[in-house]
Amino acid sequence: MALAVGLCRPEVICAYPITPQTHIVEALSEMVRSGELARCAFINVESEFAALSVAIGASAAGARAYTATSSQGLLFMAEAVYNAAGLGLPIVMTLGNRAIGAPINIWNDHSDAMSMRDAGWIQLFAKDNQEAADLHILAFRLAEALSCPVMVCVDGFILTHAFEEVDVPAQPEVDAFVPPFEPAQVLDPKRPITIGAMVGPDAFTEVRWFAHDKQIRALTMIPVLAGEFRARFGRDAGGLVRPYRCDGARTVIVAMGSVNGTIEEVVDEGRAAGEAIGALDVCTFRPFPLEAVHETLRGASRVIVVEKNLALGRGGVLASDVRSALGHEPTRVHTVIAGLGGRPITRVSLRRAFDAAIADRLDEPHFLDLDARMIERERERFTKGADS
Amino acid sequence: MSDEKEQRIKFYQTGTLTVGNRLLDPRLRTVQASVDRSNAITSGHRACQGCGEALGARYVLDAAMRATGGNLIAVNATGCLEVFTTPYPESAWQLPWLHSLFGNAAAVASGVAAAMRVKGKAIRVLAQGGDGGTCDIGLGCLSGMFERNDDVLYVCYDNEAYMNTGVQRSSATPAFATTATTPAVGSDPGSEWGQGKSVPLIAMAHGIPYVATATVADLHDLETKVERAMSLHGARYLHVHVPCPLGWGSASDDTIKVARLAIETGLFPVFEAQAGEVTSRRHIRRRVPVEDYLRLQRRFAHLFPHGGRDDKRIDLIQAIADRNVERFGLLEEAT
Repeated sequence: MALAVGLCRPEVICAYPITPQTHIVEALSEMVRSGELARCAFINVESEFAALSVAIGASAAGARAYTATSSQGLLFMAEAVYNAAGLGLPIVMTLGNRAIGAPINIWNDHSDAMSMRDAGWIQLFAKDNQEAADLHILAFRLAEALSCPVMVCVDGFILTHAFEEVDVPAQPEVDAFVPPFEPAQVLDPKRPITIGAMVGPDAFTEVRWFAHDKQIRALTMIPVLAGEFRARFGRDAGGLVRPYRCDGARTVIVAMGSVNGTIEEVVDEGRAAGEAIGALDVCTFRPFPLEAVHETLRGASRVIVVEKNLALGRGGVLASDVRSALGHEPTRVHTVIAGLGGRPITRVSLRRAFDAAIADRLDEPHFLDLDARMIERERERFTKGADS
Repeated sequence: MSDEKEQRIKFYQTGTLTVGNRLLDPRLRTVQASVDRSNAITSGHRACQGCGEALGARYVLDAAMRATGGNLIAVNATGCLEVFTTPYPESAWQLPWLHSLFGNAAAVASGVAAAMRVKGKAIRVLAQGGDGGTCDIGLGCLSGMFERNDDVLYVCYDNEAYMNTGVQRSSATPAFATTATTPAVGSDPGSEWGQGKSVPLIAMAHGIPYVATATVADLHDLETKVERAMSLHGARYLHVHVPCPLGWGSASDDTIKVARLAIETGLFPVFEAQAGEVTSRRHIRRRVPVEDYLRLQRRFAHLFPHGGRDDKRIDLIQAIADRNVERFGLLEEAT
C-alpha cells in the first residue's frame, strides 16, 4: 500500500500512529527520508485531528495530501473529516478498519468506517491485498477529478498485516493514470480567494445539494475509472459492486471487504452442490450504488448481508442500505453481524447461518457465532448482583 | 535594525500621538499611514463598534503583507474574526484566506506551509485565532506547530473570553471577571481564582525563534513586531491584547484606553522573546493601580458594590500585576 501511495507522488503526508495502519506511514517515512519519494513533506503530527488538519491546509494550498488512520483515530479527527469534505479537498486517506471502543479492541471490523459514512467522503472497500494497493491509485485520480476526499478502507490485520505477493505498477504507468494535481481552487496571493466562509440558511441547503450531487456523479465516474484502470494495468480494481456467480442465483450474499474471499469459497461449494447461490461485493459503500445493487439483487428471492458492524439499537448498516436499494421487491433480506472486534469469520459458521436463513430459521439480526453460554453466564451474574 | 532606527521608533512612541509619524523616515512610518497599504481586511465587515480584534487584525495583516510583499496566505480559526469577515457571499479578505475549524488553525497553517515548501514557493503563512481557539481548543495543534518549528506566524487576538458564542469563560479569562458562564453571583462571583495560563510563556518553553506580546494600545509596536516576526523563519507566536467592549462591558470608545491601562497596571506585560529568552520588554511609563483598569469594565463591577470596594479580590488582582512587573522587569530603565 505504501508503495502504491508513493507511486501517486503525494506532496504532503501526515502521520500519527495507531494500530493497524501505522506501518504504512512508517514505510512512507522511509521512502521520503531516503529520497525515493522526492518532493514530499512527511510531517509527524501530535494527533489524528492534526494529521487531517495539516492535510486540509496542504490540499487547499494545492498539494496532493495523504494520511492514514484507524478506529479511535478516525473518531478523533471526525470534525476534520466532515470539514475536508465540506471544503471539497481531494485528500486520500487509508482507513485500516478496526473496531471502536469501549471496550478497547485493536482488531478488525467496519465500525470506524460506518461512523463517517455520511461525512461526504467516497468510501471504497478493498477485497484483497492487490486491491488494497490498487484502490489508492484509483482514489487519487477519483478524488482530484471530483474535488472530493476518498477513504480507502482496508481490513485491519487481515489486509494491513498480511504478506502476499502484490503486483506494483511501474511509475510511468501510474503517472499516466494519475496526472499532476490541478486543484479546482487554490490559495494563491496572485488570485486571492476566501475558502471556508460562513454560510447561513440562505445558501446552506444549496451547498449541501452540490455536495450530494458530487457523490451522485461519482457513481457514474467510478465504473469509468475502473474500466480505465483495467485497460492500463490489466486487472480489475474498484468499481461500484462486483457480482460473483450471481447468474440465476436465488440466494445472494452481500458483503464488503476481505470477507468476500471467504464468502466466494462458500458460494463455490454451494454451486458445486447445485445450489443457486451467488455473492455481491460492495466495493463503493459511499456513495451507495442503489441502482447497481438493485440490478444485481432483483432476481434473487433471498439476500443475506454479512456485515462487520452493528448500529446499536438498529442492526446492520449495510443491510439497511440494501433494503432501500431493493425498494418494493419482495426479496427477503437477512442481516448477519459477523467478525466484530476481529472474531474470525469461518466458512462453517457462514454456511450454518446461510442454511438457517434459507430454512427461514434465522433470527434478525443474527449474530454469527454468538456465545450463548457467555451471555447466559453474565446475565446470571448481573441478576445475582442486583438481588444481593 | 540599527540603533538609530530603534531610537526613532521609540521617539514615535513617546512623542505626541499625532506628530510622531510625520517626523519619521517614510520607511519607518506606520503601515496604516500609507496609501499603499494592502487593506487585507477591507472595510464593511461586521465587527462591533470599538472591536479591538478587528483593529488588531487589520494592523497585523497589513504589516505582514508589507513585510512579505503581499506573498501571504492567512489561516483563520473559527471565532469572531472569521464570522464578522466572511458572511457568505461576502468576504472582507483581500488576501488568500482559509478557515477550517475552531481548534486546528495552527495545523492547517502547517499544512499550507508544507505545501509552499514542497512547491518551492516563497509564500509565507500567518495563522490567527482568538483566545478560545488558541489557549483552549487549539492549544494541542499550536504546540505541535511550535514543536515542529513549522514556518508559521501564529497570532492570537486575546479578548479574554469566548465572545463569538456570547461571552463565556476561557482559560484566558482573568480572575473574578464576569462572563456568561462565570456570573457574578454567590460567594465566589466571576471567574475562578487560579494561576491562569500564559500561552506566550508556553510558546517560549518550546524554544521557538520568536515570541512576542503586543496590544492595540501601541499599534506601531504591534506592526514592528509583526515585521520582526516575518523577518524570521520557523514557528513564531504573537499574542495581542484586544479589548472587547461587548464582553468586557467597556465603552466602545474606550478600547485603546482600556488596553493602555492593561499595560500600565502591569496586568498585560508587553515583551519579546527569542529562542525562549526574553529579549525586550515595554517599560511602564506611569504605573497605575489595577483599580483604574477594573473600574472601566462592567465585568468587574461586582468588585465595586454600591460605591464600595472588594479589597480582598482587588488586592489579589494587584498581586498579579505586581508579580508581572517583577517577573518581566517592567519598571526597569531602558537599556
